[in-house]
Amino acid sequence: MLRLEQRPEPSRAMQIATPIIAVIATMIAGGVMFALLGSNPFTAIRIIFWDPIFNDVVASYTRPQLLIKAAPLILMAIGLSFGFRANVWNIGAEGQFIMGAVVGGGTALALYPYESFIVFPIIIVMGAVGGFLWAMIPALLKIKFNANEILVSLMLVYVAANFLSAMVTGPMKSPVGMGFPESRNFNEYQSAFNSELLSNTGLHFGVLAMMAAVVVGYIALTRHLFGFQIRVAGQSARASRFAGVNPNLTIALCLGISGALAGLAGLFEVTGPASKLSTNFPLGYGFTAIIVAFLGRLNPIGILFAGLLMSLTYIGGELAQFQLQIPAAAIQAFQGMLLFFLLGVDILINFRVRLKTKGVA
Amino acid sequence: MTPLLHLSGLTKAYPGVIANDDVGFEIQPGEVHALLGENGAGKSTLVKMIYGLVRPDSGEMRLHGEPFAPTEPREARAAGVAMVFQHFSLFEALTVAENISLGMENPPENAALSDQIRQVSANYGLTLDPDRRIGDMSAGERQRVEIVRCLLQNPKLLVMDEPTSVLTPQEVDVLFETLRKLRDEGTSILYISHKLEEIRTICDNATILRLGKVVGTCVPSEETPKTMAEMMVGTELKTPSKRPYTPGPSLLDVHDMWLQSADPFGTSLRDISFSLHAGEVLGIAGVAGNGQDELLLALSGEERVTNDAIKLKGENVGNLGPNHRRLQGLLAAPEERLGHAAAPDMSLTENALLTGFTRQRLTNRGFVKWQATRNFARAIIEKFDVRTPGTENAAKSLSGGNLQKFVIGREIMQRPDVLIVNQPTWGVDASAAAFIREALLELAEQGAGVIVISQDLDELMEISDTFAVLSEGRLSRVQSASGVTIEEIGLLMGGTEVDNAAA
Amino acid sequence: MDFSAISPVALIVSLMAASTPILLAALGELVVEKSGVLNLGVEGMMIIGAVCGFIAAVTTGSPWLGFVFGAICGALLSMIFAILTQYLMANQVASGLGLTMFGLGFAALLGHKYSGIKPPKFHSIDIPILTDLPIVGPLLFGHDPMVYISILMVFVVWYFLNRTRAGLVLRAVGENHDAAHALGYKVIRIRIMAIGFGGAMAGMGGAYLSLVRVPQWTEGMTAGAGWIALALVVFASWKPGRALIGAYLFGGVTVLQLNLQAAGLSISPAYLSMTPYLVTIIVLVIMSADKARASLNAPASLGKLFHATT
Repeated sequence: MLRLEQRPEPSRAMQIATPIIAVIATMIAGGVMFALLGSNPFTAIRIIFWDPIFNDVVASYTRPQLLIKAAPLILMAIGLSFGFRANVWNIGAEGQFIMGAVVGGGTALALYPYESFIVFPIIIVMGAVGGFLWAMIPALLKIKFNANEILVSLMLVYVAANFLSAMVTGPMKSPVGMGFPESRNFNEYQSAFNSELLSNTGLHFGVLAMMAAVVVGYIALTRHLFGFQIRVAGQSARASRFAGVNPNLTIALCLGISGALAGLAGLFEVTGPASKLSTNFPLGYGFTAIIVAFLGRLNPIGILFAGLLMSLTYIGGELAQFQLQIPAAAIQAFQGMLLFFLLGVDILINFRVRLKTKGVA
Repeated sequence: MTPLLHLSGLTKAYPGVIANDDVGFEIQPGEVHALLGENGAGKSTLVKMIYGLVRPDSGEMRLHGEPFAPTEPREARAAGVAMVFQHFSLFEALTVAENISLGMENPPENAALSDQIRQVSANYGLTLDPDRRIGDMSAGERQRVEIVRCLLQNPKLLVMDEPTSVLTPQEVDVLFETLRKLRDEGTSILYISHKLEEIRTICDNATILRLGKVVGTCVPSEETPKTMAEMMVGTELKTPSKRPYTPGPSLLDVHDMWLQSADPFGTSLRDISFSLHAGEVLGIAGVAGNGQDELLLALSGEERVTNDAIKLKGENVGNLGPNHRRLQGLLAAPEERLGHAAAPDMSLTENALLTGFTRQRLTNRGFVKWQATRNFARAIIEKFDVRTPGTENAAKSLSGGNLQKFVIGREIMQRPDVLIVNQPTWGVDASAAAFIREALLELAEQGAGVIVISQDLDELMEISDTFAVLSEGRLSRVQSASGVTIEEIGLLMGGTEVDNAAA
Repeated sequence: MDFSAISPVALIVSLMAASTPILLAALGELVVEKSGVLNLGVEGMMIIGAVCGFIAAVTTGSPWLGFVFGAICGALLSMIFAILTQYLMANQVASGLGLTMFGLGFAALLGHKYSGIKPPKFHSIDIPILTDLPIVGPLLFGHDPMVYISILMVFVVWYFLNRTRAGLVLRAVGENHDAAHALGYKVIRIRIMAIGFGGAMAGMGGAYLSLVRVPQWTEGMTAGAGWIALALVVFASWKPGRALIGAYLFGGVTVLQLNLQAAGLSISPAYLSMTPYLVTIIVLVIMSADKARASLNAPASLGKLFHATT
């Protein structure tokens, strides 16, 4: 029999090793899943994890995609990670992502066709504001009425999706869209378009914002009192009050920051890669970002790697879908498995596994 | 005569520590047997083995001469072993009857059970209403529930783990009456405590544990508390000498302070008023759950009160938060070490930052000066003799006594004008407890005001200059600690005669 | 616009059907939470129940087998959560979220060949004379058996929690797991059984969605029903009877907005589709506002990690 034995200190080595163990375990379990679906597991794993970067045939298309898909995931995950550390569970980043896109994109549509360098900064701010305000709803309801922020933020995802659909079938519907439920295409509007900055790299303003978030997030977490207070709040509510941390302010800050970053991600997405508001705009990045946050150990540097890895599974998943007819949903199940394995092996940080010695039981 | 319970060679090891090492003794029918030892001596492990919660690695237990090896509490209960726990065994949201039913093997129907509860509680003078919620009851009443739960099963052996730590002296007398009655009826009692005077009063024999081993046995009535204490600790004890106290200028004035408890089962503070002077150690006694937690929260700033209810050196601080109060010189150390006074998984450096950053200037525009923080933590460790490998070890890896020295040290090192501590030596070994008391006295000697909230009367008598009792959220008048008798305090703790008892 | 098309009797009949899935799931989660565990994976277990129940019913031709299989698969999925949280001591919030995400993906994977198929019909009961009575007939005697089963389950759960020894033990575990452990109760085993029951109920609720309510399989068809069930537990203050009232309230809002959409109300249907979610938020706020009462009814150990130190 195996026995768990508590470590006196959390193991630092395991904090780095567990995500890697989880990824390997997921590859194995995913391979079994692909085999059951009738595909060669080795081919499938190679297509998902190797080909997007190194296969010359597809890499010219997929390599830039890596950054394009990773940017919103990382941006959102960094925001979420602060809250998760403080036990403030914003599960509605998807809704804040949508509202950032709607508010920022809507502002752009309202300004159209006014061309000026000032347009893009304005819509960036509006995108962040849209996400921020949407996240303030669960924050205020939690502070004022003690309403569970998990459920409220999640319900607001559905509200936001419906709001988006009301917008693109109503006021934001494109006058030249032949009746489709979608907005004007932003690549027709030079001042508002989030274009690629270096060709074939996938680098756009959202990627720059993401990089800035990684650096600022890391400094805030490790060097600033704010990061310290967030960590205390997550460990023990009483200790954090004793340390003078205002719990309501923590809730507002955590939700506000994650909302603003999600809104930014939505804005960069809608004005760039997605290029228009439509009912197909929400892709579930807000939920995947939760996995990214955990996989990255709620640490901005870890999240950077986790986001790139998760982006890889998206792109590789599309390739596998295309080449092996693996259903699109398989990759979502694959991502879910990754989270399971990560949560499961996390126990190795605080416990070590020992063989139970036989004897007087 | 066959002993009721015979233990021999019991050994139980946990990673890094041998909790029980070859422990053996006997309990006769109708005997009250004391198990004596410091925290960490292995008393609770031994009791858990007898109750079937832990299985020994080796050794033998015999009950009525038959091999006895319970694998779970159910078996132990079926064999006639009942246990009154110190903590963790009642369900606050459930009723008395439901709680008692949960502790029985084959509980009767609800109505019959309620009748039995009333009957047993009447027989032993332990008044109980079966339909009341535990959460609404005092600590003393809760213990009655535990005892009645045991008595309903006609136990042969009743194990009591620190039963008096939550009782007033008067309630202790009632408890002892019950225990004597049980003993006369032939029930044996295994009585675990570190309160030596009580053991002398009630116990027939005693076994003394130290570091997991039996280090001696004695007949308590033939010993003095001092000789038993020395057996327990293994060294000679010195009692700190009391210093003369002359009140200095007033530092802290609390006037008409009220606080609604945030805990649905907590105790709200009502009309608290007192003054604390430079050089004074004010002891606040009271039975657990009478508002001690709330009092600490209100004074430390974790809960706000009306602004002029608390004056610190003449300034109103009632609606300031903890860090503002710290800046003005008011510091605190709460009762719960892990999870309130310290964050369990954080390093000692980080825990030094927890309360130290304002007064010790450990941040610069919000950025943490980690090197300075580490130095502060190291200074605490050295000055207060905290046994730990280093500043980067997690708070939870320290023993209770060491962590408490760190917590108290962290506050004292910040040179407070006023320091409030709640249960400073609870669950701490004797040498660390003595160290902490000494440090608090020294702080007062240097001109600070110290408030010690404690349930340990002996401790309060030892270090307090002045004295008050907290009962149901109200504070008695502050009086001089010299000349107060335990009986007077007992009455105050019971909440009666608050005004006449005050001298 | 034609509101006359909305008949009150038909409205109530269809609100009962609309409420059944969330009622079943909420009852399951209520028991789980009473044992002190917060499983946020209800949505995932529901959708797995929906797809598995659908596949079983289509394959065997029996809706009953569909419900049973949906329940089994929901319970099986919940065991992943049980292992993670009870043995591996993983964070319950994260594990529940993982369960939902994995469930949504895995269900889509299982079901992608089953889109657009009609499941076997699940007949409403038809008692001659009684069912044909005006108003009373369709209201009391015209539902399918699962509607009655769900109402029966309200009573069963209430009876179990408040009148049986096992229910008392379960509540004790949820109230204070250390005390329950000290008294010798198997905290982890009891919680795993509760989690399995919650999974089965959510799976059954999901199967009802795909077999009766919609009835067909589409990806993501639960559309937040599992989350609404979670909110319902808070709304019900952990009391089964109130869960019934809450479920019918939500069902009523859902059905009413669908009817209004069908009646061609002149606002965008998207706004009407928001209403169940907005109502959930409002109700949640009202029920949580009184902190003292909310914390009095909530199981005290809810969501807390249990690790026996002995």
